[in-house]
Amino acid sequence: MKRTALIAMAVLVFAGVVWAQSGLLINGAGASFPFPIYSKWFDVYHQKNGGIQFNYQSVGSGAGIKQVTEGTVDFGASDGPMNDEQLKAYQDKRGSAILHFPTVLGAAVPTYNVPGVTATLNFTPEALAGIFLGKITKWNDPAIAGANKGVNLPANDIVVVHRSDGSGTTYIWTDYLSKVNDEWKSKVNKATSVNWPVGLGGKGSEGVTGLVKQTPNAIGYVELIYAAQNNIPYGAVKNSSGKFVKADMASVSAAAAGAAKEMPDDFRVSITNSSGKDAYPISSFTWLLVPAKIQDGPKRDAIKGFLTWMLADGQTYAEQLSYAKLPKEVVEKEKKAIAKVQ
Amino acid sequence: MGSRSFLSKLRDGDEIARLVTFLFAATVVLITLLLVFELWTNSVLPRHKFGWHFFVAQAWDPVMDEYGALPFMYGTVVSSALALLIAVPLGLGAAIFLAELAPARVSDSLQFFIDLLAAVPSVIYGLLGFFIIVPFVRSVLFPALNSSLGFLPLFKGPSYGVSYIAAGMVLAIMVIPYIISVSREVLLSVPRDQREAALALGSTRWESTWKVVVPFAKTGIMGSVFLALARALGETMAVTMVIGNTPKLAASLFAPGYSIAAVIANEFTEATGDLYLQALIELGLVLFLLTFILNGLARLLIIVTTQKGSKVAN
Amino acid sequence: MSARLRWRKFLSNFMLTMTGVCAFVSVIVLFLILGYLLFNGGKSVSWAFFTKLPVPVGETGGGMANAIVGSAKLLFGASLFGVPVGFFGGIYLAEFSGSKTAAVVRYAADLLNGVPSIVIGIFAYSMVVLPFKHFSTFAGAFALGLMMIPITLRSTEEFLNGVPRMLREGAMALGASKWKTITTVIVPAAYRGILTAVLLALARVAGEAAPLLFTAFGNRFWSPGWNQPTAALPEMIFRYATSPYEDWQRQAWAAGLVLLALILIINILARTILSRGIAVPRS
Repeated sequence: MKRTALIAMAVLVFAGVVWAQSGLLINGAGASFPFPIYSKWFDVYHQKNGGIQFNYQSVGSGAGIKQVTEGTVDFGASDGPMNDEQLKAYQDKRGSAILHFPTVLGAAVPTYNVPGVTATLNFTPEALAGIFLGKITKWNDPAIAGANKGVNLPANDIVVVHRSDGSGTTYIWTDYLSKVNDEWKSKVNKATSVNWPVGLGGKGSEGVTGLVKQTPNAIGYVELIYAAQNNIPYGAVKNSSGKFVKADMASVSAAAAGAAKEMPDDFRVSITNSSGKDAYPISSFTWLLVPAKIQDGPKRDAIKGFLTWMLADGQTYAEQLSYAKLPKEVVEKEKKAIAKVQ
Repeated sequence: MGSRSFLSKLRDGDEIARLVTFLFAATVVLITLLLVFELWTNSVLPRHKFGWHFFVAQAWDPVMDEYGALPFMYGTVVSSALALLIAVPLGLGAAIFLAELAPARVSDSLQFFIDLLAAVPSVIYGLLGFFIIVPFVRSVLFPALNSSLGFLPLFKGPSYGVSYIAAGMVLAIMVIPYIISVSREVLLSVPRDQREAALALGSTRWESTWKVVVPFAKTGIMGSVFLALARALGETMAVTMVIGNTPKLAASLFAPGYSIAAVIANEFTEATGDLYLQALIELGLVLFLLTFILNGLARLLIIVTTQKGSKVAN
Repeated sequence: MSARLRWRKFLSNFMLTMTGVCAFVSVIVLFLILGYLLFNGGKSVSWAFFTKLPVPVGETGGGMANAIVGSAKLLFGASLFGVPVGFFGGIYLAEFSGSKTAAVVRYAADLLNGVPSIVIGIFAYSMVVLPFKHFSTFAGAFALGLMMIPITLRSTEEFLNGVPRMLREGAMALGASKWKTITTVIVPAAYRGILTAVLLALARVAGEAAPLLFTAFGNRFWSPGWNQPTAALPEMIFRYATSPYEDWQRQAWAAGLVLLALILIINILARTILSRGIAVPRS
């Protein structure tokens, strides 16, 4: 009796999981920063095109690059463009090139927890660099106070919080700091993971936010969409035109607008500290990494179909999820680039 | 006996059983060796570049491609040691209570629930650690210990909550089920006559438990401690959420730190660049070495204390 | 009553009370955790959770049906691989091997146990995923099975060794071969401890997300068979709990609760189905 029950159970388990399923499964891996909108896009696309399933997992930009290079996934996604070394590695391993397709824009914002301060703080590039270098150690330091007249900043030690896991957000943040501060560039430079001079490491954006919320006098950086969705106070940053700008749809789009005109053909460009008087200086594109040569016919058509849809209908979903749309010029350029996928 | 042919020996069920079970046991060794081999070959770049220096270097710089294991080794050892210091007395005490004193039904049902604790995902332990233990350390434990024992470098500030001790506490909670569960089973399997003999000779309940039953179950209990140690050394998610992820050495238990498993979990998925990736894998190899040494030391301890015990008996 | 005797009695009562305190503290912590999980998870568990697939951020009504099935498959596969290796390996150690071989195998098992789950994942990735160039349920089951081996092995050996000599010698005296003794007398006597250990191992791997990241990979959809990526509860919990969206966070707690319930059910089923009605005498 018990034995038959056991066997019946085993049969059920097997039967229940081996049922046939029609449909094309396309796997992708990469950045966690755009995960919310990618999951929305792939879901909507699946509703419209029943047989096509895009399975995207947010394992991280670096992992995305790695897996698409190894060929274990059909496409990748990254918050930072692949560098020349990685492009070459892909070419060597897979025998063809890999293409970048910008999808949306995002930004990194400074979030803080200063006792007694409820106003939006203004940060100059020098202040941010100094804080994260460990050179500026107190909240009432002139570099900070100077930009925040009228705010009562305490003489407390600043607790710096950064990401412990490698992330595109760190890439954007350090890319900006490298551009505005020579000492940062030579000492720390930019990457998804760096050797932070000071600070506690929080795992993921929620780790950073959690630490900042819990720890008085803390400052950290998170993605804009994260701060927006969770109603976390964040500061304004001085852009290259001298204006203190708080990140939002308009200011992030403004940052991209300038870059749109000089967009290189392979779409690999950094838009931190870009020109434009209303631009938010710590903005960035995020890219889908698509192989230029896809053997599997149905997969190729599905991916190309998706890219076309993403540039049109897809963009309409961006703002409700706190991402900024791509500028028109970039969209037009990308539409033409889709033909390169063969 | 020796003149039986191989075939006839084979037909003898015992020989087949011996062979088959040997193959399974050998598989375990094979897998472990294969794993070490993989770790070894996939860490060739940093091994050649840094050599032994890897063990004492303190910088971890993915941009400059400079990697050192010391802060991570330190954090791993400290947090695991703290975890065992808390979990072993507590767990062993609880196991003794459940095996010797509690009525069977209470003991069984409590055990059932304690076993469930092992199934709680690490992430949830991490979250609970972050929202409960970290503030506790920052606002309660640190002020208390610092004001009374602050002259000791172990308890100096400043403290943000995320620290070695927070990691130790979370790990202790995570490994206690293993100690209780296995120790209780082992204690339960000690034959009744051992206890009764001791009691008949006039020992108190505690004496018969501590001096007769527990030593009888010693290897099993040590086994549970090994299980606990292994879990603590390799835990990633929960530790990274409460240790502060700061690759710096510090004497204070309240300072933020880092562990090998945590840094691998944090950086592996995003690491690009062969040297970086392989440095992380070399850290995995270092952890392997640490486990090897710690296990060896613990085994040595058992052998020494067992010999001492038998000497006294003589 | 002499002073020494009074001291010994006092010490006995004191220490035994202390063990009670230890048990109390452990149980309190346990119930706090379970309570937290129940409270936070219970709010979010719904019928939809069990039957629907995940939906994107911002939409409500999604579930984790595919992750529940995925976890069940992974655990099943892991047991198929990990339990026999550990169990029969343990039998070898306890019954057949010499002390030197035993020491080597035991050491290897302890080492394997100490490997961080993410390194096991990396190993499984290079062994199973890379050669076939895709992620799969099979790879995930392999990684989890690896993690089950050490606990199963050590515990099998430990409990087999604990069986009293009398039982063995009695069987041998009756003319039973070694193997027959093992299967009919020794293993049944030790089965309780072994089963506990196996269930403990299962519980442990049920909650592991790190080894699945690069093996099972995760799947937004249903995963037929064993050869495609699959979603799993711990991996979903990891993603959802560490996301900024409240709906997802609530689902993560619900998933944690469901995972615990899954293990509870497996525990109950295993103990009833595999109980051979042998009353193991409690000493």
